[in-house]
Order: sequence, then structure tokens, then C-alpha cells
Amino acid sequence: MTARVHHADRVFARLLLPAVALGALTLGMSAAEAAGTLNVLTWCDHEDPALLHPFETANDVKVNFKDIDSTAAALAVLKQSKPGDWDVLVIDQTDTGRLSKLGVLEPLAAKDYPFASIPATIADPKLTSVDGTLYTVPEKFGYNTVAYNKSMVDPAAMTDINAPWDPKYKGRVAVYDYYVPEIEYAAIALGKDPATLGDGDLAAVKDKLVALKQNAAMVGDVTTVQQALATGAVDMLVGGGEWVTAGLSKDQPNLDYMIPHQGGVRWQQGLGVFATSKEKPLAVKFIQYILSPDGQAKLATSSCYWGMPANSQASLTPAQKTILRWDDQAKFVKASHPYLQMTPEFDKKLQALWASVLQSK
Amino acid sequence: MGVGTAEQVIASSIVTASPAARAALRVRLAGLLYVTPAVLWVLVFFFAPVLIMAGYSFLPLDANGELGSVGTGDYRAFFAQGAYLGALWNSIVTTAIVVACSSLLAYPFAYGIARLVAPRFQRIALAAAILPFWTSYVVRSYAWLLALSPTGVINYTLRSLRLIDHPLILAYNPHATELGFIHFFIMLNTLTIYANLVQINPRYALAAQDLGASKWWGFLTVTLPLSVPGIAVGAFLTIVLCIGDYVTPQILGGFRELLLPQLIMMQIQRQLDLPMASAMSLILTVVVAMAYLAMQRWLKMARL
Repeated sequence: MTARVHHADRVFARLLLPAVALGALTLGMSAAEAAGTLNVLTWCDHEDPALLHPFETANDVKVNFKDIDSTAAALAVLKQSKPGDWDVLVIDQTDTGRLSKLGVLEPLAAKDYPFASIPATIADPKLTSVDGTLYTVPEKFGYNTVAYNKSMVDPAAMTDINAPWDPKYKGRVAVYDYYVPEIEYAAIALGKDPATLGDGDLAAVKDKLVALKQNAAMVGDVTTVQQALATGAVDMLVGGGEWVTAGLSKDQPNLDYMIPHQGGVRWQQGLGVFATSKEKPLAVKFIQYILSPDGQAKLATSSCYWGMPANSQASLTPAQKTILRWDDQAKFVKASHPYLQMTPEFDKKLQALWASVLQSK
Repeated sequence: MGVGTAEQVIASSIVTASPAARAALRVRLAGLLYVTPAVLWVLVFFFAPVLIMAGYSFLPLDANGELGSVGTGDYRAFFAQGAYLGALWNSIVTTAIVVACSSLLAYPFAYGIARLVAPRFQRIALAAAILPFWTSYVVRSYAWLLALSPTGVINYTLRSLRLIDHPLILAYNPHATELGFIHFFIMLNTLTIYANLVQINPRYALAAQDLGASKWWGFLTVTLPLSVPGIAVGAFLTIVLCIGDYVTPQILGGFRELLLPQLIMMQIQRQLDLPMASAMSLILTVVVAMAYLAMQRWLKMARL
């Protein structure tokens, strides 16, 4: 028994000591590198080593990122962090006002960023600023419109926003499950301007979405709907766009997207600096790097998802520009509506509407 | 004896009591020591989070999206929304179907392993039964999607045999969710029922037959009632794991119906509405507690 205990002690010591040594070494390394670390709350498209490495090398820093998928996720992380833990935030620019009111964001100087190369609609102060103060810089945008397999459906038919409601496509449609763009898309299909949506419009929007769901094979999250379109389980995706099709273009050249003549919905993400950051100059440098032609090209063609770079000087290849439908952008931006900026109260109403759509038979 | 702490009382009891009483006290103290980690664990990792969740659920967000004053606004909003109540109902119905089907399918399987398979092969049979547990839960759900989707194995086969012209919609509906759940919970129920069946002396059923009962009647009146604790434990674990699951309905359900865990995620993903999410989670916890109360007379862990 004693021998066994001693043997167990020896085994324990053998396992434990290296583990303790490794842990101490790791902690030591972390501490040694802490001064040169930039902490970024980011969506998955900023995590490619090819994007981060040039910045890390040029500034002798390590970019430590944490993956988030929404502003709410970022707020949840912030609640569990100490002030100063995070330096840079990737944000859905619709939430710029909301976060600046919470005092989370640091005011930025417009002169530090290439606004001259960013289309005016994308640089719209409604999305970047509050009371004339800049809080976020646009970096990437794209569309929630209709993505489709052009070998299975007629691209000409997709120019009508009502195509996914056509009974001939029953069971061949997928719907992306984010309620904000879907509600806006249905409003556009009803001939309404999403920006003026009010309580009186919600019943009609709900009926329109219920009809869409009845014609659809599925409603699903990013992974599910992208997989469904890529595997041929469905032929079109309402709420899809270049973020679904462009990254797959090499293997799935038949996947494409377009903005119907009635219009579509535009998503837009930006970068902000946390008010409590201890590395503000470095955070500004990071945003400048991401907004540089090289940073923009790498961000636009991220392995996670593609999207249009905000800076029109992005050093994309002609082939990449074709995949992103570069030449159509002026037309697409004009025809698309940004995500709704709404009160939490109206947002709750839309969420309840979406829940009732999902619950409908 | 003056007023003192519980430890002082116990210590003085040990000193003044007879040797037998002291031994009994020591056993009790040792027992207390053994259960303390478990009790602390439950207090810290169950009761404390539930209390925090309950507290949040009575602080509905105000018009600015920040924590408001104490009130039952989120509960009232939940019970006023037909879609939200529908999600709760769907969760209960789905769970009931999964419990019924997985118990029914698992029982013969467990019975076969416990009574029909030779003892030396039982371990192999059990290992085979739990093999699917070795793969990730997410991977298993996606595997079902590969079988059920319009371009999946089943539709491909049916179309190749020219039995159908258009693919059948087998995935992205509540039945696909139920199928994914049942596949998983059959394994769990097999283990709990098997563990119970091997404890039942087979001579009981033989005695019933000696007394004139048929094999089937002996099973129905002796073996089955004695194996109810195994069924009940499996069913209760199924309820707990199924009613709160988010992954399977998300992958296989295609949002044909909304289940309550999906609704809870919706509250968090966009607005970080923790009070509403907490209220919904607490309602779900109450449902599980009610299921426990309803089943507790059959939940005999010692019989496993």
C-alpha cells in the first residue's frame, strides 16, 4: 500500500512538476509580452495570420484577439473584464450610437483615417458619429439580399425582390435567421422604406415573412444556410450576399448574389477604440493598418467571410474585384438600405415579430 | 449548557457521551465531511447561479436598454406573447415525444443486453451501445443532416431508385430535431435501464412462471414494474438534457418551430437582454423542477 502511495506520488510529481514549470513559463512569457500586446474584440474575419502578421511585425506587438459575433457578445465580454483589458472593437456600425452613449468608445480624429477614399454613403456620420464626434471608422460592408445558384435559378428572375415568394421555388429557399435584415427585406418587398418602419407596418411585414417562411425549406444561422446553399439543399438564400458566395467562388462558381431592382439591405462594420484602452496610440495604428490598401485587401478576402472593403484604394486583384462585383458597387450601395438604428423598445417589438414568424406553421 | 456554536456543541457531546455514542457521532461527522464538497459544489454552482438569475429576471431593461427598476415586466411580457408561450409548449411537447420514444426503443435494447446476451459479451454489447457517445454532439447532428437533407443519402437513394421525383423535406423540421434527440437519448436510456435490469434477480420472473404466469405476463407484472426506476432515471435525465438543448434544434430544426432555448439565445445575441433571458431560463427550470416532483417517487438512484 505504502509502496503504491509512493509510486503514485512519484507519478504525480512527474506529471505535476513539468506542468507547473510550463505554467510558470507561460505566465512569465505573457507578462514579458504584455507591454507589446493589443487586445482586440473581433469578428472572425480579423483573425487570419496573413492579416495580422504585417502589423505585428511592423510594431513589434502581439495582437491578442477574442472572437465575438455581435455587439451584445462584446458587451458581455466587457462586463466580465477590467477597464483597460480591451483596446479595439469590431462593431456593427448601427450600434455606434448605442455604445458611445454607454461611454464605451473613445472619440476618434477623422484626419487619422482615409475618409477621402471611403464612399460618402459608407462614411455616413449617422453610422460613424454622435453629435459630430467620430467614434467608429468604417472598414467593410456587404449585403443581405438574395444569393442564389445560377445554374438552378434564372438570374434575371432574381432581379425581382418577390422571387423568393414565388410558389415555383417552394422548398428551394433558405432564409438567414437574423431578424433585422429579414424584416427590412420584407418591408422593401412591400414597397416600404425600412427607415420609416413603425408599429403600424409590423402586421403587414409579419404576414409577408410568414408567407416567405411557408415557401422556404428552412430558416437557419450563417453556417446552416451557407451549407444548404453550397450543397444544393436550396437554390437561393434570402439574406445572403457576397459574405456567403464570394469565399466559395473557387469551388462553387455558380453561386452569386444581386440586389433586386426594388433594393436590398446593407451591413456595415467598423472599428472603434475603447475609452478605457491603455494602448490608444497603438489602437489607432491598428485601425490605420486595417484601413490601408493592403489591410483592406486582406480583410475583404478573409478566410472567414468576404466583403467589400470600405477603402476604395484596397489592393485587390482584378479577379477578386470581379468576385466581389466591384463595378456594381456604386449601383448596389445606392439601392441598399443600412441596418435599422432603433430604440431598444422597437428592437424588442421586432424580435417578438420574428419569434411569431418562426412559430408560424 | 450555555449557548455555543454547532461545533462547540458537537465537540462537548463527543467528550461527554458514551463510547458508542461517540463512535456514532464520529461517523456522522465523517459523513458530514464527505458530503461537504458536494453540498458546496451544489451551493456555488447551482443555487448561487439560480439566485442570481432569479434576481436578474425581476430587473427588466428600461427604454434605454439598461437594467430598470424591480418588477415582473419580463414575466408578464413572456406570458402575453403567444409566440413565446408557443416556444415553451413546443419544448415540452418535443421533450415528451423524445422521452417516450427513446425509452420505448431503449428498453428492448437494454433488456436484450441484460438478459439475452451472454455475460461475457455484455461488456462488448454495452460498449457498442455507447459508441455513438464518443463523437461530438455537434458532429452527430450534422451527420444526421447529411442523411436527411434534400441532397442527403436518403433522398439520393430514393431518387436513384426513381421512387421520388423531388427530394422529400426530411431535415429542417421538428421531426428531424426529435430524431436527432432520440438517437442520442436511446444510448443514455439504454445505460440506465440496463443498470437497473441487471440488479433484478431473474428468478423472480421464473417464480412467476412457476406460479402459472406466461413469460409475457411475468415480464409485465414482475420485471417491468421492478425496472421502472431505471426507466424513470433515464427519462428524467432525458428531460433535463433535452428541454434545455440549443444545438440540435438549431442544426436540424431549421426554425420550423421555435424552442425555448432558441428564444433565450435570441434575447442574448442582439440586445444582451439578460433579464428576459433569465426569466425564460427560470421558467424552464420550473418546468424541470415540476417534472422532478412528478417523477420523484420512481427516481431511485440507489437502484442503478
